[in-house]
Amino acid sequence: MTALTFTFVVLAMSAIAGFLGALTGLGGGVVIVPVLAIAFGVDIKYAIGASLVSVIATSSGAAAAYVREGYSNIRVGMLLEIATTVGAIVGAILAVHVTTHVIAIVFGLVLLQAAYQSLFKPDQETACPTESDALGKRLRLGSTYPVDGTRLEYGVRNVPTGFGLMFGAGTLSGLLGIGSGALKVIAMDRAMKIPFKVSTTTSNFMIGVTAAASAGVYLSRGYIDPRVAMPVMLGVLAGAFFGTKVLIQARVRTLRIIFGCVVLALGIEMIVNGLTGKV
Amino acid sequence: MDDQRLETNIGNLLRTGVLLSAATVFAGGVLYLARHHADRVSYHQFSAGGAIVQSFRGILQSAAHLNSEGLIQFGLLLLIATPVARVALAVVGFALERDRLYAVVSLIVLIILVLSLMRAL
Repeated sequence: MTALTFTFVVLAMSAIAGFLGALTGLGGGVVIVPVLAIAFGVDIKYAIGASLVSVIATSSGAAAAYVREGYSNIRVGMLLEIATTVGAIVGAILAVHVTTHVIAIVFGLVLLQAAYQSLFKPDQETACPTESDALGKRLRLGSTYPVDGTRLEYGVRNVPTGFGLMFGAGTLSGLLGIGSGALKVIAMDRAMKIPFKVSTTTSNFMIGVTAAASAGVYLSRGYIDPRVAMPVMLGVLAGAFFGTKVLIQARVRTLRIIFGCVVLALGIEMIVNGLTGKV
Repeated sequence: MDDQRLETNIGNLLRTGVLLSAATVFAGGVLYLARHHADRVSYHQFSAGGAIVQSFRGILQSAAHLNSEGLIQFGLLLLIATPVARVALAVVGFALERDRLYAVVSLIVLIILVLSLMRAL
C-alpha cells in the first residue's frame, strides 16, 4: 500500500469511527484499534498509540461544550484523576512488557462488554441520593445539576470504591490506548451514586487527562508513529465533531444496535486472533 | 472566580489547544504526503522510530527543520499538553478560590502527569 492510500483509507475509517463513537457515546478509540490491527495489519502497538492520541483529541475538543451545559463536576473529576493517572502509567508500563497476544485478548473482552452495553442496556437514570455520605461530605463532592430549568442537588457516596474502580479504568486505558469511558461511568454512576448525566460528562472530562498520563510512556517507546497517528487523530476528531452536531436528530437506538454488532464482531475477531497468535 | 467560570475558561483553553494541534498535524500531514505519497508503507512489524519521533528534543529539532514527521509529532505534543494545561489551570483556579484541599489534589495530578511525561525528555 502506498502512503497516500493508507492515509486516506485510515482517515475515512477513523472519521466513521469518531462519528459513530460520538453518537453512541462509546468513543471512537474502541473500534480504531481492532480495525487497524485486523483490517490493515498494523502492529497493535502503533494502533494503540494512534488511538490514545485520538482519545485525547475528542475529550479535550468536547470539553468546552460539556462545561457550558453545567453538568460536569470538576472536584469529583480531579479527585478521581489521581487514581486514573496512576493506573494509566501502570497500564502503559504493562503494555510494554506483556505480549501483544495478551493485549489483543484483553481488548477483545473490553469490546464484548461494550457490545453488551450497547445492545442490551439503555442508559438510565438511577435514583440518586441528595445527601453525601461522611467522606463525600468531608471532601465537599456534592453539587447541583440542571434538570428542567432548575438545579437539583445530588450527593456523592462510596468514594473509596469509586477510587478503586477508577484505578482499574486507568490501567485499562493505559494498556489498550482507549478512554475506558464506560468503566469510568460505572464507577461514578453505579458505585458513587452520581447522576448519570453528571457521570458521563465528568468521565469525558477525565478521559483526556488519563490518556495524557500514559502518553509519556507511549511516546518514549515509539508507540506513537506520526504516519499512523496523523490520519487517525484528524479523522476521529472530524467525525466526533459532526457526531455531536447531529446527536439530537439521529435515531440513536438503531445506531446503537448497528454499532453494537460491529463491536461484537470485532471483539470475537480480536480474541480469536490473540489466541491463535495472529495479532 | 466561581467553579462555573473556572470550568468555562478551562474548556475554552482545551478547545484552542486542540484546534492549534489539529492545524499543526494537518500541515505536517500535507507536507508528509507531498514528499512521501508514493512510498510503500507497512506497519506490520513494530520498530521504534528513533529520537526524531520519540523524545521532546528530537521532535522539536526535526519540527524546526520542517521535517514532516517531526511537525506531525510536534502537533501531537501540543495535543498531549492540553490536558496537562487544564490541570495546571485548575491548580491556579482552586488556589485563587482559596480551596486548599482541591488545589493540593490538582497539584498531585499535575505532578503525576509531569513525572510521566519526563520519560520522553
